[in-house]
Amino acid sequence: MPEIPAQLAETLDLLRFLPDRADRIQFLIDVADRFEDVPPRIAVRPFSCDNRVPACESEAYVWAERRPDGTLDYHFAVENPQGVSAKSLAVILREGLSGAPLDQVAALSTDLVYDIYGNELSMGKSMGLMAMLTMVRNLARQALAEPVPAAAVS
Amino acid sequence: MSDIESRGYAKPEVLVSTDWVAEHLTDPGVRIIESNEDPLLYPSGHIPGAVEVDWTRDLNDPLRRDYLDREGFSSLMRRIGATPDTLLVLYGDKNNWWATYAFWVFQLFGHTNAKVMDGGRAKWIKEERPVTREVPSYPATEYAAPPRDDSKIRAFRDRVLDHVEKKGQLVDVRSPQEYTGERMHMPDYPNEGALRGGHIPGAKSVPWGRAVKEDGTFKPADELKAIYEGEASLKGSDEVIAYCRIGERSSLTWFVLTYLLGYPDVRNYDGSWTEWGNLVGVPIEK
Repeated sequence: MPEIPAQLAETLDLLRFLPDRADRIQFLIDVADRFEDVPPRIAVRPFSCDNRVPACESEAYVWAERRPDGTLDYHFAVENPQGVSAKSLAVILREGLSGAPLDQVAALSTDLVYDIYGNELSMGKSMGLMAMLTMVRNLARQALAEPVPAAAVS
Repeated sequence: MSDIESRGYAKPEVLVSTDWVAEHLTDPGVRIIESNEDPLLYPSGHIPGAVEVDWTRDLNDPLRRDYLDREGFSSLMRRIGATPDTLLVLYGDKNNWWATYAFWVFQLFGHTNAKVMDGGRAKWIKEERPVTREVPSYPATEYAAPPRDDSKIRAFRDRVLDHVEKKGQLVDVRSPQEYTGERMHMPDYPNEGALRGGHIPGAKSVPWGRAVKEDGTFKPADELKAIYEGEASLKGSDEVIAYCRIGERSSLTWFVLTYLLGYPDVRNYDGSWTEWGNLVGVPIEK
């Protein structure tokens, strides 16, 4: 079983060390404040529904951009201005998975959502967040199945 | 006449405006309550003086799939500094969908002295009204709730089955893809928590969000009637049961039909599709 990507593992370790729920919440709110909208060179509104995260009530979108080494950069949009949880997960996934080995990203479990947010999530919220992670995972799987263009390998 | 009063609602007094809330922030007879789907929202900033009521932690039984009991509700009210005479004003994210869910639960315990802030959290923020991260603390109060009364506005499985057999009125407030069962067939993605897709036979599809405008405020009565009575052919005089996945979105529809259109007999089936779609032997349509 592939390891969890190092950068994401570091975030998970940090969360495990937070003493209580209030600290976890503040950490995630601070993370959400770092959210950056998808760059225009990747996508502009209105976004394609192909990139929309199913089951996400915050109307999140995900894109992947190939790096020269064949790994992916992940980009997100969250249309709900109140989608704090969705934004925080988008930042965690972007910072934790961009540039990570594709096989590691492809093998991630959606249970990570509970590792990040705790178990007190409503069904709808957990489904939306898991769907975002699933979409990132699927993008990595698709990339694994596609040959890396010769120009992309340095 | 205020904007809310001009919309032709049956019970306009159940809604308050953001102006009204702003004028009553320090009113000792009012307790403002924020209830969201996203647990990060309240801590990230809320109306000054508002307390948080979290659906998962505060309103649900931790063991059984059910709501809190009489002692739990009393304890909750004492914690937020409310008495039976306190006017509770609820608001929240996403068109007030969890605020109306909490409102519905509060009605089960007979706390009818409650209102909803029209437009919810989004409208307050958009109007650039003050928010704070400071969590208020109120002195504990005396509150002795009556036993929870599920008989009037809550529907359980057997009543729904009986209702279906009698061809009673049902409103499915989920997305069209959930209503048809199409969502069930997306590989890899969460499957709505049910083994089967589709809808309860006879249910009309009226997605819950159709009751609100872009700014999160409720549509006027004539537009609501066009949707629920014109398109969905509902008769206000007959019993209506609304459902979704776990009763959260359908509580907003319950609120709309009961208070804004004045239907006398509307129930929320909180078992909803997570129950019906997993129940052995019940009929399903696609």
